[in-house]
Amino acid sequence: MDPFGTYNKAISARATDKAILKKSQDGGIISASYIYGLESGLLDGVIVANTEKGFKAVPKIVTTPEEVLNAAGTKYTISPNVSVLKDAVREYALEKVGIVGTPCQVQAIRKLIKYPMGFRHTDSKIALILGIFCMENFPYEGMKAIVEQYAGIRMNDVLKTDIGKGKFWVYSKSGEVKTVALKDTHMYEQKSCHVCMDYTAELADISTGSVGSPDGWSTVFIRTKNGEEYINKMVEAGVLETKQIEEVKPGLELVQKLSLQKKEKNEKELGHRKELGLPIPY
Amino acid sequence: MVRVAHIHMSGCTGCLISLADTYEKLLDILGAVELVYALTLSDEKTEITETNDKILIERKIPENIDIALVEGSVCLDDHHSLDDILTTRKNSKIVVALGACAASGGVTRFARGGQMSQPSHSAFVPIGDVIKVDLALPGCPPSTESIVNLIMAALNGDMEYLEPFAEIAKYGKDACGCDVIKGVIDMSLCMGCGTCASACQVKAIDMIDGKPNIMTEFCIKCGVCGAQCPRIRFPKVVQKIE
Ligand SMILES: Cc1cc2nc3c(=O)[nH]c(=O)nc-3n(C[C@H](O)[C@H](O)[C@H](O)COP(=O)(O)OP(=O)(O)OC[C@H]3O[C@@H](n4cnc5c(N)ncnc54)[C@H](O)[C@@H]3O)c2cc1C
Ligand code: SF4
Ligand code: SF4
Ligand code: SF4
Repeated sequence: MDPFGTYNKAISARATDKAILKKSQDGGIISASYIYGLESGLLDGVIVANTEKGFKAVPKIVTTPEEVLNAAGTKYTISPNVSVLKDAVREYALEKVGIVGTPCQVQAIRKLIKYPMGFRHTDSKIALILGIFCMENFPYEGMKAIVEQYAGIRMNDVLKTDIGKGKFWVYSKSGEVKTVALKDTHMYEQKSCHVCMDYTAELADISTGSVGSPDGWSTVFIRTKNGEEYINKMVEAGVLETKQIEEVKPGLELVQKLSLQKKEKNEKELGHRKELGLPIPY
Repeated sequence: MVRVAHIHMSGCTGCLISLADTYEKLLDILGAVELVYALTLSDEKTEITETNDKILIERKIPENIDIALVEGSVCLDDHHSLDDILTTRKNSKIVVALGACAASGGVTRFARGGQMSQPSHSAFVPIGDVIKVDLALPGCPPSTESIVNLIMAALNGDMEYLEPFAEIAKYGKDACGCDVIKGVIDMSLCMGCGTCASACQVKAIDMIDGKPNIMTEFCIKCGVCGAQCPRIRFPKVVQKIE
């Protein structure tokens, strides 16, 4: 089984701007790419999962670095980022849109580019597709149950959430840090994630996640020509600091292990559903 | 040269306008095909016979059409309409249901007669209810790009790319916003990407708590939401990136 999909190069990287690193989940690759794009004119608008009251994730079209930073960080709940894509090119009249998404959302974007039935004059306006690694996601009420009932922190007080080292971490605005064992979170997972065969956003121009790199750094796959040119420009402009992936610990080996775990588990679920005569994506 | 015809049934010409919206690409297409019939764009196939008491205008659908792009649904209460669609099938190698009305009835699903000057014209069906359809392209109208992609694939014989459209021709006549409820949410497949909501051309879909909510009163049964959902159909060709 192929763990990563097509890619030209994998690196470990982080943003050089401290303000980005402070607000970002990991190495700030997504926020740095967006901000660089907006400032250099490579992008004229980007789609983010905005952080709203109660740590809700709501897709938003934004055009300034401040707005990008406001939406930095991972929300472990569904943010239907593709739902505002057509608005970005219609109502906002954007010509060079950047979009970030989980692997499933990136798949949706690639499909609508190849088969743009209800997407008039949209595909040519997508300038950059960023993907984030994803093991599974939670409905909002599921995330809320984990955060409020298990971690004992109110949603309005959440500063950051993270999944790592076998735990769901919740950081509160007042400085509390609570963890929840992942086994307690499983029942809240979005069940449609169990047929998902992509961990590293295999169809993005550039995909990134925390796994494989040290804290504060990101693992980055550069997949397409577009992605490669974009990263090169960022490095030249000095907005990214990079290392060879072979030089960092734990490196790609761990990414591979987790990816294969996900794919093997979900392939079983796909088989199971087929046996029951239920439909699966084909 | 590949002989292409545009057949106008009970449609609004929006599908043809969407094709024309390709500007320079339209010229490429027209350079690669022979447009043998399109009432909106050319009139040379019209036959006018004058008798003592009336002028008879006949528009003859030509023979040996390679690709017929059919826009609009069929009014079962209008015999001209029935004749036209049957002739189209007889004379064409590939029949494409272009757009929602031809593919799934679209807005004409709601027609129920009672209007002057033909109050008896009440029954409208997708062309697939009357003839065999080879490819169906949903959308109201289908995007310019998707029409070009489909025509180019048909010209190049790219059957792999066309496969989803062949399936929609077979199974897509009942298209509705319910497709994403029944086929995706109810099947535990919806992961909340929001593509259906963005694709919907009448904004009948809201994403609420990460799942599509269909406002059925707004839905015009265009079939685009189900067709765009990556959790129903995710063609292999989509997986190739460069
Ligand atoms: C549900 C989920 C599961 C994840 N699982 C893993 C995993 O198993 N392993 C791993 O290595 N990484 C995982 N990640 C990715 C990781 O948490 C970071 O998002 C990624 O490393 C990017 O960090 P960054 O510092 O570069 O981005 P930042 O600069 O912090 O920017 C993150 C961007 O992602 C957007 N975003 C946040 N939440 C969502 C969301 N729910 N849906 C869509 N977009 C969103 C934000 O708007 C922001 O633009 C997951 C992310 C999500 C959303
Ligand atoms: S696990 Fe797959 S389906 Fe679920 S949110 Fe992540 S990418 Fe989407
Ligand atoms: S919900 Fe929208 S996209 Fe879906 S069939 Fe109805 S009108 Fe078309
Ligand atoms: S397009 Fe996305 S949000 Fe809509 S039904 Fe399909 S998976 Fe769900």
